[in-house]
Amino acid sequence: MGMSGVLPLFIRLYVVSKISFIFVTKTAIHLINFMSIQEKPEIVCARAAAGEGVEGLIIKKRKLAENIYLMAIYAPRIAKAALPGQFVIVRAGEYGERVPLTISDYDAVCGTVTLVTQVVGVSSRLICRKAKGERLTDIAGPLGRPSEFVHKTPDELKAVRWLFVGGGLGAAPVYPQVKWLHARGATVDVVVGAKSASLLLFRKEMQAVCSALHIVTDDGSAGQKGLVTDVVRRLVEEEGARYDRVVAIGPMIMMKFVAQLAQSYQLPSVVSLNTLMVDGTGMCGACRVTVGGKTQFACVDGPEFDGALVDFDEAMRRQTMYRPMETERYQATR
Amino acid sequence: MAGKIPRIEAREQDPQTRRTNFQEVCLGYTADEAMLEATRCLQCRNPKCVSACPVNIRIPAFIAATAQGRFAEAAEIIALDSCLPAVCGRVCPQETQCEGLCILGVRGQAVNIGKLERFVADYSREHEPVVLHTAPANGRRVAIVGSGPAGLSCAHDLAKNGYAPTIFEALHKAGGVLEYGIPEFRLPKETVVKSEIDNLKKAGVRIETNVIIGRTLTVDALLNDEAFDAVFIASGAGLPKFMHIPGENLNGVVSANEFLTRTNLMRAYDAAYDTPVYTGRRVAVVGGGNVAMDAARSALRLGADVTVVYRRTEKELPARVEEVHHAKEEGVAFRMLANPVAVLDDGRGWVRGLRCVRMELGEPDESGRRSPTVVEGSEFELEADTVIMALGTSPNPLIASTTEGLAIDRRGCIVADEHGTTSRKGVFAGGDTVTGAATVILAMGAGRRAAAAIRRFLSEPDDARRQTD
Repeated sequence: MGMSGVLPLFIRLYVVSKISFIFVTKTAIHLINFMSIQEKPEIVCARAAAGEGVEGLIIKKRKLAENIYLMAIYAPRIAKAALPGQFVIVRAGEYGERVPLTISDYDAVCGTVTLVTQVVGVSSRLICRKAKGERLTDIAGPLGRPSEFVHKTPDELKAVRWLFVGGGLGAAPVYPQVKWLHARGATVDVVVGAKSASLLLFRKEMQAVCSALHIVTDDGSAGQKGLVTDVVRRLVEEEGARYDRVVAIGPMIMMKFVAQLAQSYQLPSVVSLNTLMVDGTGMCGACRVTVGGKTQFACVDGPEFDGALVDFDEAMRRQTMYRPMETERYQATR
Repeated sequence: MAGKIPRIEAREQDPQTRRTNFQEVCLGYTADEAMLEATRCLQCRNPKCVSACPVNIRIPAFIAATAQGRFAEAAEIIALDSCLPAVCGRVCPQETQCEGLCILGVRGQAVNIGKLERFVADYSREHEPVVLHTAPANGRRVAIVGSGPAGLSCAHDLAKNGYAPTIFEALHKAGGVLEYGIPEFRLPKETVVKSEIDNLKKAGVRIETNVIIGRTLTVDALLNDEAFDAVFIASGAGLPKFMHIPGENLNGVVSANEFLTRTNLMRAYDAAYDTPVYTGRRVAVVGGGNVAMDAARSALRLGADVTVVYRRTEKELPARVEEVHHAKEEGVAFRMLANPVAVLDDGRGWVRGLRCVRMELGEPDESGRRSPTVVEGSEFELEADTVIMALGTSPNPLIASTTEGLAIDRRGCIVADEHGTTSRKGVFAGGDTVTGAATVILAMGAGRRAAAAIRRFLSEPDDARRQTD
């Protein structure tokens, strides 16, 4: 590691310890920090590397899996304001769409927000093609309401037995939530699922901040073979695990089934809806969803809602509104 | 002599041609036409047009200069009061403002003030751009929330007087409704909107895009952390209203805000851009205001057959007469005295049409308009692949909910007096966020009055300002 990496490491040590020193002993903090640094040796503090005035600069880019990339973006105001559960809108290129992306991590000291993007269409492909050192044309946020738990005290959070379920790309936005709770001493179990081992995201990062990590893949190439709901069922029905709250983030269909299962256990659930959006500030209404029989805007009323109340079938249908046009453009352009 | 020359109407693109393109409908005056029309002005000693203008442009003076061919001077005169003349010359409802009170209009036809303003502004932009006046910096910084007409005009008046305004815009482009709302064929973005905004930037107005006040920064952070001396909230109209009828969340039902934002801000009509927009073959637009007309005429240009569904009659249409006229010329159909009661599902979650009821007009309500009532047993179906809801907006709670002590009214609009003074010291508000959706020029007027109030506020001694928060 060159000189450029030295200063930021100290800054990171300082921040993490400042947040969590009440809960853990100093030695433990250093151990945790040491581990997280070992996991991300390439992290370079954005302020040191970039200086002011280059909002949107890609400070770091890492391929996490086929077609899935992690990027740390220099956006100091967003990094400072961001809380778990929120998202940003980004645009790559003057002709690009405004794309909502849930924040996967943020670092107020370095001034960066971390985004994980999967190539699914023209716009996400444009974002993923940007290299380290290039800029996203626009980044705006943080948008949406933060997760409800950010308003609770550490004691309240510790009194809750949490279960987080992250499916596919959803593991990335689960991470800052688990990290927040862990830093406040809460006990959090996490289920991370993917199609196969190579598509599992944030495994190591998650390990460092949760009490128990359960891996599940469709093909059994890592962890249990099956779906995230199979793991939840096993934990609750076979192993007698007791939870007070489930948070599920992932594909709509996964959230639907996790919410249903949670309801069958009389367990409150929270889901984070990745709807269509244009402005992300409440202006367009493209993101409207039916929650408890009422129309809500995911961008300003959400993106997190009570899983038991969401009309998932409608939400899934609405996601496909522009799909034929998007597919056509994706195939027609390169 | 003035009375003998008939009012000169500006040339327009042929309706059959323009319904297939997004280029501007109105072609504007030639210099000769402008000079001739300008001679019609009687140069009233007590000009009613000026008091009818929300920003009080010195109308007879700029028209007199125009009549003599001194167009650059005419532009300078307008610039004393307005920073967006090329915009206002295009989108103001002159018929109810300046032209509405023109003395010539009593017996005959009012002076075509709007088209004159437009000509002068366009001439100035193309030949001799106006240099907006500035004063030496006085060290006072004002944060303005929103880069729409209210924010821009407030910034203009502040910059002119030595204040340093910074506008924070939530979207990636400055202009607010001028960018996302009003279509290209009424208000060209690159040539008109961008150049007027660039002119303001030259006069010292800073614009930061992608900053959402209430999220990226709060109003309090602007005052405390970013050390602004005052804040002007001009965040615009807000969230689109829906009818709350069955089927409204079917695929193919969009708000006018979404449809217009995709088309205007995101340039969905231009193949170079990635933004999708869907019309299908038939589009129904619900509503009768200017936004409904903009949506209808945009959908037409995207290749659809368009019907506007409105629950009263043509007489009650809130849209400008000119907009309705243009829409009709272009082939937009109108279904008056009809009100949707359900959006119909094609069985696959997409719109197939609207179920409507016929209406009849009853007694005038508080607004003076006759209120529509349902004709029993009059249900009928209207086929449509896309339904655009253009029903107005309700206030965006983002700023009010994140600003301690900022009073809102029952509707959720920020409470502010005519000077933009709110319940919070040093925080001013104006435009649609206070009044609910209105016009560009009314928002500009609010911006100007707030600028004056901010100047008065900031010229008070420091300790007087800091007291009684």
